[in-house]
Amino acid sequence: MPLLFPLVVSSALFGIGVYVVLARRHAVLVLMGVELMLNAVNLNLVAFDAWWHDTFDSGQVLALFVIAIAAAEIGLGLAIVLVVFRTHRHVDVDNLRELADRDAPDPERVAGASS
Amino acid sequence: MTTVEVLFVLMGVLAVGSALLVALSTNLVHCALWLVVTLGALAGCYLLLAAEFVAWVQVLIYMGAVVVLLLFALMLTRAPIGRVPDLDGPNRVVAAIAGLATTAMLVVSFVAGFRGTRITVGADDIGSTHAVGATIFGSWVLPFELVSVVLLAALVGAIVLSRRRAAEVAD
Repeated sequence: MPLLFPLVVSSALFGIGVYVVLARRHAVLVLMGVELMLNAVNLNLVAFDAWWHDTFDSGQVLALFVIAIAAAEIGLGLAIVLVVFRTHRHVDVDNLRELADRDAPDPERVAGASS
Repeated sequence: MTTVEVLFVLMGVLAVGSALLVALSTNLVHCALWLVVTLGALAGCYLLLAAEFVAWVQVLIYMGAVVVLLLFALMLTRAPIGRVPDLDGPNRVVAAIAGLATTAMLVVSFVAGFRGTRITVGADDIGSTHAVGATIFGSWVLPFELVSVVLLAALVGAIVLSRRRAAEVAD
């Protein structure tokens, strides 16, 4: 099998993951995009392991580590999403701007926005 | 093309196609279910690349645990069941350009670097779970134990994040 087959598939998956993370507004969908990117990396690791015939099985072992880290990431990410939902009643990442580091708000603009 | 190549192309097309549906579907639950198809097709790819332990771990952890967690999160955040027209933000054109540029860059560099290279999966590669287990608990045992510590930390962190609200309610 040409090595390019899995590499092209993983490139396409990574690009789709980038699109999902950047374009989607729902926080759970953003996490799905991260999962797509991690899976693209896993496919690359396994493909290069099959090509290289590594005696340490580095590619497969690193793919397993990536899966374990992804499980930890998805657990923590969903806990954060649930906390955000409890405090804001929505999980729209485009409207979650409290963590942005910006200057003190202009009083007139705040008054205009609240009226 | 050999049988393995035909199967791999089928699995790859299935994975990329369902990933596109994850990216473009206007129904949140359908996105999660298409993600299952993507992950299953990738498990098939791993099997064809003679990485059967990774394939079954993928089936168990990704298709089993992670997708169930995602569906639970969709339910707990009261995600709308039907179509949601404004699921994409206003910057989807920029996002599409970024995704296409990433894919194009990766494909170009892979073609430049690995054109004509072939993977040969021999008979001794099949059934390599024994070898993978031996290397995990041999050369890789220290990172493996560190991963268990990371998982424990993530578990504790998720519990702390979830319980803070209960303490506030008690106050």
